[in-house]
Amino acid sequence: MKALGKILGGKAGAMDLLVIAAIIFVVFPLGLDIFRLNLVGKYLTFAYCAVGLVMLWGYGGILSLGQGVFFGIGGYCMAMFLKLEASDPVSTAHQTTPGIPDFMDWNQVTHLPAFWEPFHSFAFTLLAIVVIPAVVAYIIGVSMFKRRVSGVYFSIITQAIAAIVTILVVGQQGFTGGINGITDLKTLHGWNINTDSAKYVLYFVNGALLLLSIVLSKLVLSTKLGRLLLALRDKEDRVRFSGYDVANFKVFVFSLAAVISAIGGAMFTLQVGFMSPSIIGIVPSIEMVIFAAIGGRMSLVGAIYGALLVNYGKTAFSESFPTLWLFFMGLLFIGVVMVFPEGLSGLYKVHLEPKLRQLLTKARRKPASSKPSIENAGA
Amino acid sequence: MDGYSLSDLFSIVVMQGFSGLSLFSVLLLMALGLAIIFGQMGVINMAHGEFMTIGAYTIYLTSRFTETYLPSFMPYYFIVAILASFVIAFGAGYLLEYLLIRHLYKRPLDTLLATWGLSLILQQIFRSSFGAREVSATLPDWLMGSWKPTPSIDIPLNGLFVMAMSILVTALVGLFLFKSKWGLKVRATTQNRVMAGAVGINTKMVDRVTFAIGCGIAGVAGACFTTIASTGPTSGSLYIVDTFLVVVFGGTASLFGTIASAFSIAQAQSILTFFLTNAMGKVVTLLTIIAILMMRPEGLLRSKVRR
Amino acid sequence: MSNKIALSIEGLTVSFDGFKAVDDLNLYVEENELRVIIGPNGAGKTTVLDLICGKTKATSGSIEFKGIELTRLPEYKLVQLGVGRKFQTPSIYENLTVLENLEISYPEGRSVLGSLMFRRTAEVEQKIIDTARMIFLEEHLNTQSGLLSHGQKQWLEIGMLLIQDPALLMLDEPVAGMSVVEREKTAELLNKIAKGRSLIVIEHDMEFVKRIAHKVTVLHQGKLLAEGSMESVQSNPKVVEVYLGH
Repeated sequence: MKALGKILGGKAGAMDLLVIAAIIFVVFPLGLDIFRLNLVGKYLTFAYCAVGLVMLWGYGGILSLGQGVFFGIGGYCMAMFLKLEASDPVSTAHQTTPGIPDFMDWNQVTHLPAFWEPFHSFAFTLLAIVVIPAVVAYIIGVSMFKRRVSGVYFSIITQAIAAIVTILVVGQQGFTGGINGITDLKTLHGWNINTDSAKYVLYFVNGALLLLSIVLSKLVLSTKLGRLLLALRDKEDRVRFSGYDVANFKVFVFSLAAVISAIGGAMFTLQVGFMSPSIIGIVPSIEMVIFAAIGGRMSLVGAIYGALLVNYGKTAFSESFPTLWLFFMGLLFIGVVMVFPEGLSGLYKVHLEPKLRQLLTKARRKPASSKPSIENAGA
Repeated sequence: MDGYSLSDLFSIVVMQGFSGLSLFSVLLLMALGLAIIFGQMGVINMAHGEFMTIGAYTIYLTSRFTETYLPSFMPYYFIVAILASFVIAFGAGYLLEYLLIRHLYKRPLDTLLATWGLSLILQQIFRSSFGAREVSATLPDWLMGSWKPTPSIDIPLNGLFVMAMSILVTALVGLFLFKSKWGLKVRATTQNRVMAGAVGINTKMVDRVTFAIGCGIAGVAGACFTTIASTGPTSGSLYIVDTFLVVVFGGTASLFGTIASAFSIAQAQSILTFFLTNAMGKVVTLLTIIAILMMRPEGLLRSKVRR
Repeated sequence: MSNKIALSIEGLTVSFDGFKAVDDLNLYVEENELRVIIGPNGAGKTTVLDLICGKTKATSGSIEFKGIELTRLPEYKLVQLGVGRKFQTPSIYENLTVLENLEISYPEGRSVLGSLMFRRTAEVEQKIIDTARMIFLEEHLNTQSGLLSHGQKQWLEIGMLLIQDPALLMLDEPVAGMSVVEREKTAELLNKIAKGRSLIVIEHDMEFVKRIAHKVTVLHQGKLLAEGSMESVQSNPKVVEVYLGH
């Protein structure tokens, strides 16, 4: 029990998790209708990327501007499976070539491309959602980090990769659905994902997986590797001259962030019912960074609040004042860097937590324990 | 390659090569500004593209103004407008350095995010002031038309003009960096900030002016841009990724590297675009750059120093 | 004292854009020896350490340590061979505690998987405490290391190297910014740890050098100017010339 508590970041860390779990599993489902709950579910899928970025950028000091690519890999894998199920020969009988996805038929593709074939299998799809992003991140990571590409260079190259992937996906219409993406997804093993009950189930699965990725991340941070990440971020040379092959650790955390993002992408496809290049390019990728920054770049749980708030703001603003939204988003980027670099979690720690603690101690009328305990930053 | 005769192919290479040169000119001007800033301060300005847009809109506004109030001045306005686009972008850059950038010198990744935010704001300002639709400046007559050395080769004059401009600006930048007193200060600060400060160079002022000059050159890039395309709120941001790659690829410490890198990227893109599709040409170019960068992370040219 | 040579540097040259920071240098350090390198600014002292530990790659020449050629190996492998290096400005993890700093430097769990599986066993803990005692930081194990004094940070970095038990330890200006008392303690420490390994120290403080050096090497413009006992070096006219001016 004690070991578990330590992994979660002590009492405060466990409390943070409990609160967000209560919000996701109790408050939202009770307070929102299914349409809005589904929307919240969509926001939460972006939180996966933010969680990955907390690990990668907050702890590892590596800013990737291409996390949308991994979100997209997860999302497209899932979408390919669902699309194949939706394209059985019976319901596509009117096509020139029945049994292939409709957009392929429109683009004069006459048989299913080889790389689509394995996505008939759900087991393969699930495996692909985890393995492909890990492998892609591994390849990118090894080729960059082993050659000591770092800092802004890494950021710019990942951004270029996001651009390349988007151009490719849009350009290869016959294989990818082009700019429209993969749409009209209906069933998962015959289970209609568009019904209200399915949406409830998916929402809870999504929430559970998200919290699981946070627990997993906390587990990683609680080991020596977690401390090494911080050490790496601040004094890379010292770590290298302490006998570590620094690149391997960067590759690891980059791959971890990639896999977490991809799971989010898969859940996005399931809940929203389509996948398109508009959610994987340069702009969405850098917006994911802002979710993490708003939540607090060092706070895993904060990443969820950041994703929820910014996305809610985006929806609310762009309904009523679409022009103001970009101003606001711009100001968020500047503000989070200039004014509150620790994000919401920093504001909470500085302003709210001491007051809460005061209230608690007053209520208990007990002197606060004077022994300062040093915990690894893991909130 | 069936269907093209040898002389057709030649004309295609010349004309695509030339359209590559126009792209090269704009890219070079954008990259020059960015390279100076990045080389000097290690700061990446994601809003650099918007400074180009500022320059482009300046041309548009002066052309409208001249057309309405001083029609007889039309043939000459363009020269004045180019100066204006430099001055306005310079001023905006000066202000930006003072308000934002100077607080972030030790945090390059944060600068990247903050300037991205700024680019969003600027784009929205453009959209609110000029509308989402693209606008075109009325060009003076002497920029229209084309030069036909053979019947199948057709080289537009505006392209020639853009090229001349970029050569001129590059030469001026070279002169400024390597022959003027200011340039000496800039180079001194780049190489050893502490020492430069110790010998009495106001490094903060050098930073600010360098940053502003970089932005001013982006403004000139925007001015050139108006002669080959029309201007929209996001025109500049379309160039930003390419520009970064030019800078990184060229290596940050060398003017010649930037020129060579802008040239090869623009040419590759332009020629590939013709034989492949537009999108695939771009993909292949970007992938090649990244692959080369993997092999030479310091860029094409590098200067070796003890760190 | 055994006279077996631990580190032999031969014909070592590195040039930056034509400027030779180290020029055809030969240097031999024995086991159990404490060698001090001195020389005016720009003599190439730090560059020599950079070359040995792999931070800078040599243009030509060889560095052999215990019969293994070092010039082509990546840094982390050099460390695993027993080459430890302290930097000029204390390079510690300021966000972590003294204990965590030492723990990260503990030579186990150096792979990704290894670091995930690493546990702070009693043995590890004992070694950390022992090391902390040696570097006078036993009382500060749970202090965030950013809060230490400059001298204590220097000690911590030395401790981070000691915990790896290196066969060759290189210290770049270890007493810079230290008080007189701290210098005394550091001299003691260095004399203590020089047993069972080779030490190379770069230092400017001649009083300090006298207290610790077995042998002194003087570098000037990347070249070896003189070598020998402190007394012989100090009375060498070439050395006097370089230090006292032209």
